[in-house]
Amino acid sequence: MDLHSTHEQPTERERAVVDRALEGFAGEAQIPRDQLLPVLRAVQMGCGWLSPSSLGYVSARMHIPAAEVYGVASFYHLFTTRPSARRVLHLCDDITCRLRGSGAIKNRLSEQCAPEGEARGDVQWHRSPCLGLCERGPAALVVESGEHPSERAISLRSPEEAVSIALGGVSTSVASNNLVRQPREQLRLLRRVGVVDPSSLDAYRASGGYDGLRRAHAKGAQWVLRELGEARLLGRGGAGFPAGTKWSAVASNPARDKLIVCNADESEPGTFKDRVLLESDPFAIIEAMTVAGFAVGANKGYVYIRGEYPVAAERVERAIAQARAKGLLGEDILGSGQRFDLELRRGGGAYICGEETALLESIEGRRGEPRAKPPFPVHEGLFGKPTLINNVETLASALDVVLRGAAAFCARGTKDSTGTRLFCVSGHVANPGVYELAMGLSLRELLALAGAEFSRIQAVLLGGAAGTFLRGDEIDLPLTFEDTRRVRATLGSGAVVVIDDSASMMDVLRGLAWFFRHESCGQCVPCRVGTVRVDELVQRVRAKVPMGGWEQERQRLKDLGSVMRDASICGLGQTATSAVESAFERFDLWPDRHAKNNPESGRSSLPPAATPKKKGAR
Amino acid sequence: MWGSNARETHPIFFHHVLRALKNGANLYVVDPRVTSTARFAKRHVPVRVGGDIALANAVARVILDERLENRTFIQRATADFEVYQRSLEDYTPEAAQRFTGVDPAIVREMALDFARADRAMICWTLGITEHHHAVENVWALINLALLCGHVGRYGAGVNPLRGQNNVQGGGDMGALPHKLPGFLDVEDPVARGNYERLWGATIPPEKGWTLTEMFRAMEREELRALWVIGENPAQSEADAGHVRELLSRLDHLVVQDLFLTKTAQLADVVLPACAGFAESEGTVTNSERRVQRVRRALAPPGEAKDDLWIVGEMSKRLGRDFGQPTAEQLWDEMRTHSPLHRGMSYARIEALGGIQWPCPDTDSLGASFLHGRLWEEPVRGPRAPFHSVAHTEPAEALCEEFPLRLTTGRRLSEYNTGVQSGSISSPLVRDEALELSPSDFAALGLREGDRVRVRSRRGSVTAPVRVDPGLPKGLVFLTLHQPGRVDTNLLTIEATDPRAGTAEFKAAAVAVERCE
Amino acid sequence: MREDKRRGRDGGLVQIERMIEVTIDGAKVRVPEGSTLLDACKKRGIDTPTLCFAPNLTPVNACRVCVVELDGARALVPACARTAEPSMVVHTDSERVRSARKMVLELLGSSVDMSATPNFDVWCARYDAHPERLGTPSRAPTVVDNDLFVRDYAKCMLCYKCVEACGADAQHTFAIVVSGRGAHAKIATEFDVSLPDSACVFCGNCVGVCPTNALQFRREHELRVAGEWDESSQSVTKTVCPYCGVGCVLELHVQGDEIVKVTSPSDSSVTDGMLCVKGRFGWGYTRDAK
Repeated sequence: MDLHSTHEQPTERERAVVDRALEGFAGEAQIPRDQLLPVLRAVQMGCGWLSPSSLGYVSARMHIPAAEVYGVASFYHLFTTRPSARRVLHLCDDITCRLRGSGAIKNRLSEQCAPEGEARGDVQWHRSPCLGLCERGPAALVVESGEHPSERAISLRSPEEAVSIALGGVSTSVASNNLVRQPREQLRLLRRVGVVDPSSLDAYRASGGYDGLRRAHAKGAQWVLRELGEARLLGRGGAGFPAGTKWSAVASNPARDKLIVCNADESEPGTFKDRVLLESDPFAIIEAMTVAGFAVGANKGYVYIRGEYPVAAERVERAIAQARAKGLLGEDILGSGQRFDLELRRGGGAYICGEETALLESIEGRRGEPRAKPPFPVHEGLFGKPTLINNVETLASALDVVLRGAAAFCARGTKDSTGTRLFCVSGHVANPGVYELAMGLSLRELLALAGAEFSRIQAVLLGGAAGTFLRGDEIDLPLTFEDTRRVRATLGSGAVVVIDDSASMMDVLRGLAWFFRHESCGQCVPCRVGTVRVDELVQRVRAKVPMGGWEQERQRLKDLGSVMRDASICGLGQTATSAVESAFERFDLWPDRHAKNNPESGRSSLPPAATPKKKGAR
Repeated sequence: MWGSNARETHPIFFHHVLRALKNGANLYVVDPRVTSTARFAKRHVPVRVGGDIALANAVARVILDERLENRTFIQRATADFEVYQRSLEDYTPEAAQRFTGVDPAIVREMALDFARADRAMICWTLGITEHHHAVENVWALINLALLCGHVGRYGAGVNPLRGQNNVQGGGDMGALPHKLPGFLDVEDPVARGNYERLWGATIPPEKGWTLTEMFRAMEREELRALWVIGENPAQSEADAGHVRELLSRLDHLVVQDLFLTKTAQLADVVLPACAGFAESEGTVTNSERRVQRVRRALAPPGEAKDDLWIVGEMSKRLGRDFGQPTAEQLWDEMRTHSPLHRGMSYARIEALGGIQWPCPDTDSLGASFLHGRLWEEPVRGPRAPFHSVAHTEPAEALCEEFPLRLTTGRRLSEYNTGVQSGSISSPLVRDEALELSPSDFAALGLREGDRVRVRSRRGSVTAPVRVDPGLPKGLVFLTLHQPGRVDTNLLTIEATDPRAGTAEFKAAAVAVERCE
Repeated sequence: MREDKRRGRDGGLVQIERMIEVTIDGAKVRVPEGSTLLDACKKRGIDTPTLCFAPNLTPVNACRVCVVELDGARALVPACARTAEPSMVVHTDSERVRSARKMVLELLGSSVDMSATPNFDVWCARYDAHPERLGTPSRAPTVVDNDLFVRDYAKCMLCYKCVEACGADAQHTFAIVVSGRGAHAKIATEFDVSLPDSACVFCGNCVGVCPTNALQFRREHELRVAGEWDESSQSVTKTVCPYCGVGCVLELHVQGDEIVKVTSPSDSSVTDGMLCVKGRFGWGYTRDAK
């Protein structure tokens, strides 16, 4: 780069924060670029915002052009390049939390604290896309910056409580207490959740932990790959790609340096299963990645946890440290000669980073913009090396395959959808939470477990914001890849959001459209402009003011949907209209076609008082 | 890159370097200053001004001590190696440090990288040639290339980067005191005879004067009339005060230029000329010997005339009318006598986007590198000689009265004496200022905004000051871009290389004091 | 980084080009291995609209106007970036392709002032695109913060070309980036400071690669504002830069008796289409220094 320095000198505090974050690199000629997000995060937490002087200093220390540092900083919404208050409350404003009363909280915060986004003294709040606390919504993430920064993911019981917390009050909600409401004997992935201490490696080992890795070592890498192939495990992140194929592709790559990445950037609205696994069974993920490293011949792994999951990050971090201390990461693991280590990375707030190549860019210290594929990560992934990237649940399932063998794994589920699957049920149900079901059980059975009131179900959003709406009369659908595909739906990330007849579908759709408009990375035209046009269209339908006639609006939606599906770079754009289009297909939402009792005339989101009461575990 | 700030002076050439860096090449930048070029280097090698020969010899010494020289190439294709080897006796990196100022570890690293590279290249500019021992400097670098066989192969070689768009072409076309068009030797009777027959005129059989020799001849009053074409010696020559005096004393001075330059202001007759690149037809030849076409895009203003027209008219009035040939006709005439250019018709130059010489016939595509003969079996032509060269200090030693070393150079948005580049209103152009190292700045008790008087044995100027952290202690820097503001060449020394005739712009001794 | 294809004549590094065969719109086309589908289309004589593509830059495939249908691929693929593989079957004028291109043009035209983009109206006609059906662009201000070139943000389609030219594809100055995200993404310097306050070295290579004229020479901007810009009357003359010895090929765009713009051809082996501040902006002396 050419010589250029910003004229502003960093404050003493900024200098100290950056220096501390880069402590480990003292004396190195070139600090690796991938340290950029960790440093930006340190400055955000330590100084409250990324000022020009602090970014200038980061640029100088890391030899990254100032403009690039700014480009990266301004991409992630948990980073701010404008002065902000010491305490910022990020109020979840996504689908489930809206259904559960975030609207009223929003209004109250505006009235009693500050307009959205404005700093008033120590107080500031923002709307946030889904925080992944859907079973406890309305939820918020409270970030306090400064000497002793903190992040708390909390559940808000009332607008009053929200105001009090925004003003500095202490929240009483438990950090993370993940409940499982199913009989233990049915569980595989969730079997330790809530019963085995997630902070204790000994407890993990006492409950069968590291048996999988031992078995892998005993049987060999080829066996692991074969079993995984035979298990026909399909990826649980949303795309449903065969995990065995990915593992084998990386394993057969002759490159010396290969990497494993755990995609824990769980950001699909209505999805929180990965958080539950990370928070309540962190060692399982570490073990699963170690097995993966062994099987494909990788010595290094990264866990990329979204920035909105402080508890998960803290627990995984501690688990990694313990595993390392006990020789379960590092050299010669379990005396097998395997060398493997893990690094935790945290996101900066960007849904797009759940897209695997955007995630890789993000780890590398860049804007989370998806790459063109091919090349696929298995050939050219993180730092250009062959990379196995799997979702948290996929890795946990793979560990289960190794532990019990493909045959046992396939004993549950269907022929094409093997094993069990985690579903995140939220919205208008009595018992929101994560459920583990053998694939093939019906949506009705799942909803029954979660305590849905069937007669009032208006719609179920299956698979998250990138998923599909189903009508109340479609819930006998078996939950498998093949059955959902048949009705042009998707299991997606396993999100199941129940919307009863009290809600306005158009309000829900507006929320989804806003979400994609907010989360498009902006790289390609179909998605960057298309998400805006879809959002505008939804607003027009909601306000019953068409541009041209309704027939034109219908054509417009169809055209937008097809160009985004066909011509966007990545899955975000390709699926961004899926839910909206499915809603228009399945419900009478066009104002000129309203049947009687149409949902459009329904009330808006329930006030918090009407939120269904939680029941105890069964 | 040795004595070249190509990032600023040859930016598009440097794009090619950047591409090489991306492909994994190692870049060493040898320069007394930490230039913007140095910021892209694997290692900046902070040589003392004038220490280049000692440094090159030390590099060679390391290569030989480590037995990394290319023995086969040396034996097959070079001459005088043993003498050269003996001449390196005293140049261990440690011993040379006294002259080079460079940490021996850095010298070793550079030497090893250079010698072990599959292909390596040395590029230089005025940091090598604007010294009174310019030719020795160049020899010292050529020795390194010969030592490792980094010459005569694709991607290897020694490359002087030309500072002006037709320095190469001018020389190729005979605008040198010892050359005829086609780079043929004027003292070669066959070549001279051919041109004499072609032109129907007698050509003086001995080589002429270099620019500096012309000024000496003016001093001796042997040279009384001068025709200056597109050059501004009153500002661009070292010891400019003396130069102006000599120009003023001429019987007759004709200046042919686009501008009423400082030199033109001294002229008896000014011939307004056309801008070569936009108002006339012809060719120029770049640093890689690529002959390219320049074309007329604009009608010249006022009475401005094409250089060719002016020369034709002058000739006519001097009694020999060769008419008004077009640029292409002249080019074709030259081609009949220059084997280097014979295959380059305008049509082919056009079609191929330029052709590199030598291009002996119309089947040839030109050569992308020279000296490939050194790798032929057996070697065709003479062997490439090593030249043993010894360190010499700059002509003007530092002393109590003039304790600081002044070196000169160029900046990105500016060019030479500013007559062309003055029209660029780039925000990067700042008023010329004397740049000093932070320690000299502090030692002189200077503050931003101060003005200083800079004195040398030849003259003095005043200038504002700036700190450049890239300068070592004891070195100060000026450009010659803004002679209206800071007439830098009043300070520089005209100590010249006897062979090349270039002056030692890179090393003058000066004193700096704050103007009250 | 693209392969240096010129290397070789006598450089000994000539790579033996293997040819592969793809089917485009039913016809077989043979192209050298490593070619893109765009190259193959070109070879077949098919005119493919492109905006974010430039032969001297790494494809970013952001605009998506060049998408083609590839048998076996779920979504359409960008012709500019997709490497041709043996036996690929490609359709460049199918209903899906036509409709995607039409929509991309409409999305662009509805959000960006494409009035100064060469060929845009031709493509709109070809694909029956009516951008106004999706909305009209909002006016973004033109930033004039130096004498050499201006930034007309209303015309910026975020093709990333300027960022690439400023950065790792050529200039390595890294003065500009894409900042923000999604609909708020924009080309910016750090904290949006003015160009003179940024790392910009005013080479104008960003201007040289801009497909929509969002980046304009100051002179071009003045003439356009005055309504005097007249491309049809301009001549373009190829010559060589009058400054250093690199020999950069210039294209002088002359309107009346004045140079109004300087470019360099992207296929020049000397410049790859890039220039420095002197070459691109250093012609003023032909006008005013006489």
